[in-house]
This record gives sequence, C-alpha cells and structure tokens, in this order.
Amino acid sequence: MKKGTSCIHAVELIPDGATLMIGGFIGIGSPHRVIDELVRQGRKNLTVIANDSARPDFGTGKLIAAKLVRKLITTHLGLNPEAQRQVIAGEIELELCPQGTLAERIRAGGFGLGGVLTATGIGTVVAEKKRTIEVEGKEFLLETALRADFALIAAHRSDYNGNLEYSLTARNFNMVMATAADKVIVEPEHIVPVGAIPPDMVATPFVCVDYIVERGDSYGR
Amino acid sequence: MDDKVIIAKRVALELKNDDLVNLGIGLPTMVQNYLPRDAEVYFQSENGIVGMAPVPGHGMEDPSLTDAGGGHVGAIPGAAIIDSCLSFGLIRGGHLDVTVLGGLEVDEEGHLANWMVPGKMVPGMGGAMDLVTGAKRVIVAMTHTAKGKPKIIKKCTLPLTSIRRVNLIVTEMAVIEPTEQGLVLRELAPHVTKEQVIAATGASLIVPDDVPEMPIAEDALALTEAVVS
Repeated sequence: MKKGTSCIHAVELIPDGATLMIGGFIGIGSPHRVIDELVRQGRKNLTVIANDSARPDFGTGKLIAAKLVRKLITTHLGLNPEAQRQVIAGEIELELCPQGTLAERIRAGGFGLGGVLTATGIGTVVAEKKRTIEVEGKEFLLETALRADFALIAAHRSDYNGNLEYSLTARNFNMVMATAADKVIVEPEHIVPVGAIPPDMVATPFVCVDYIVERGDSYGR
Repeated sequence: MDDKVIIAKRVALELKNDDLVNLGIGLPTMVQNYLPRDAEVYFQSENGIVGMAPVPGHGMEDPSLTDAGGGHVGAIPGAAIIDSCLSFGLIRGGHLDVTVLGGLEVDEEGHLANWMVPGKMVPGMGGAMDLVTGAKRVIVAMTHTAKGKPKIIKKCTLPLTSIRRVNLIVTEMAVIEPTEQGLVLRELAPHVTKEQVIAATGASLIVPDDVPEMPIAEDALALTEAVVS
C-alpha cells in the first residue's frame, strides 16, 4: 500500500465534525503543517483530543483561534487565553482530564481495553459522574477508553512504510495516539529509505500508520 | 532576599542524592538553582524525560527538547526519553520520589488546591493531579499569603488537586508539616516570629515549644554552572 500523500489530500480525508487526536506538548511534537492545512480548509465542529491547547498562534491553539473546535478533551489551557475565553463563554465544550489519565485513556482505546482504574482524581471534581471501584481495599476511579476517527501525529523520521522514530520530548503523546484512531496520519520531519531506521529504534511500527504526509514542493512546507 | 528565593533555597535542602524529582512550572523550577554542585538529583519532566538539565549555551537549544512549560532545556549524560504513558507510569506507579508544586490553597487536612479558580481561571490540572496522587513525597512551595490573604486555610474553597495529604509546605515565613493531628509548625524563617506566622495563617497550627530557624541552602551555585562547566 502506498501511504505517502500530500498534506492537502490528507486533510481532505477528514470530514467536518470529526474526532481528532493531535500529538504534541505545547506544540512541541505537533503536526504543524497538517494543523495549518485544517485551518486553510476550514474544517468545522471538530472534537480535539490533545494534551493541551498550546498557544493561540501555535499548535492546536491555531484550530481554536480559527473557531474550528466544538469540543476539547484536554489537560491544560494555561498558555492559551483565547481557549480559556472560548470555554468560559461557552463556545467550546471542555472535558478536562488529568494528564496521566488522558494518556491511559488513549492507551486503553488503542490497546483494546474498556478503560483504566486510577487513584488520580478520587475525591475531586474529576470524579463527578464516574464510577468508583474498590479493588483489594483500595478505591479507584473508572476512566473509560478514548478513540478517535483520526490521529494526527508528528515524528522525527518515517521510512517509506511508516515505521516511525521520534526526537527527544517531541515524542510525548504521538506514540500512544498512533494506536488509538481509525486512521493515523503522520507528519514526519524526514522520510527515509526502509532500513534507515534500525528496528530497535522504531518506536511506532508501520502497521499503526495509514498515511505519511509527503514533503511539499520545498523543504519543510 | 526575595521571598521566592528563600522558598526555593529551603526546598533544595529536601532533595537527597538519587532522588527522582519533578519540579512544577514557576517557583518550583527555581529549586534546581540552589542544589549543591555535587548533588546527584535527577529531574523528570512529565512531557517525557528523565535526566533533564538546564538549557545549554545560547544557540545550542534543540526545538524538540523542552520542559513541561515548553521552555528549552538540556539533558544530562545518561538521560532517557520516554513517551507520555511511561512518563505518567513513573509518576503514578510510585517511581517518583519527590514532586514540588506551587499552591493556591492548602488546608488543615493537608489538601492542596492548585489548578483552577472557577469562573476566572481555567488553566486545567495538567499533570498536577497525577503528581500529587502518585509521588512518594509532595512538597508545596508557595508564598504564605496572596495579596495579604492567607493561603493556608481551614478548608480549601477551590477545587482540590487530590485528597492525598501533602508532606510539607514551604513558604517564605515557615515550614509546616501536615500530619494526622493537623498542621505542625516545624521551622521559622529568619527574623520571623511564631506570632507572625499564626497571624498570616488562616488555619489552626500546632506550635511546638521549640521551633528552630529554617535552614537555607547557603551555596547558591546554580546547577546550570555545574552542568555547563
């Protein structure tokens, strides 16, 4: 299967109203070209599952600034005043989730689990309307699995088949999100021949990747 | 001395060799500047690194290597990169020795609130709930009051970060230990009296007869120097 596709085509696959997982931590390790193309094509009513809302002019924050997001499942809005404004004004539906819980809910979605049991959030507003389950005398919160229609992730290198290698802390949520969506679109910094990434260095195996965003007509765009 | 420097210097003394430590954004990050040059403390950042170091020299930053606030950092020799699941596995699984976080309120039960002010500020909890619930030791580093109002109060009015009792509160006035019996005044900052602390605190304090002066890390050799040199 040929996985390489243009950024424009990759985004055309995404319909209005789609649920997207978007990798990155304050925009570090986010698929910036794909985000820009979503804004250019004006996809609407998106549900975005991401660690944070980055900044108004960077990362997932650009989608919020362009008012393309209907619902946000995230852990942190602290660096994005526009996201906070839209939430307080009721323009965006917000589901706040502790960061470790978000990672585990995505892992559950990708690994075929119904959810996870965690002590995080017990006795706080996070526990409202959720089941608590006692296991061997200790109380846990049931946090359900998360999946998405598309995972939009970034990688340092992809080979022609979609084996992925990440760079430093740009790895963050990309690795787990690659397991938890119906279609996975990766935006790599470099596309390299098969074999250039040694098997031990492959963090996400090609079987998880559906589309590789090709380099544009000039480097990096 | 600046209040925040006093707090950071005192917290620095709580970190022991071989500790794996997570420092929150802001004041807690300052703690690393006051560790002794030969300290062997390891810093974890929840965005996915064990062995974080201060930013290398200007122009040597890598855009893909940041702390949890998005600022450039470096890495010590032997550092490890991990994904978000493993990063929080370390935090939630009891592998993290100490977390130092800021606070908006702490109450008599040692409960911390530090992630939102309803209607005004919705920053979100980020990793704070996981850190306070999962770390072996939780140290709250915060100013004693905010705009003259006590931050240590009878019962938190803001949404809690966790129902886990924090281990220590370090302010520019005092060191206070939440215990099963209540908040115990353990140390007084230089030139601060018990009466001043009581007046600036909105909760009951258990005050032992002898409350020693707060030791403060004398040597302000920044870890930055130690790593870069």
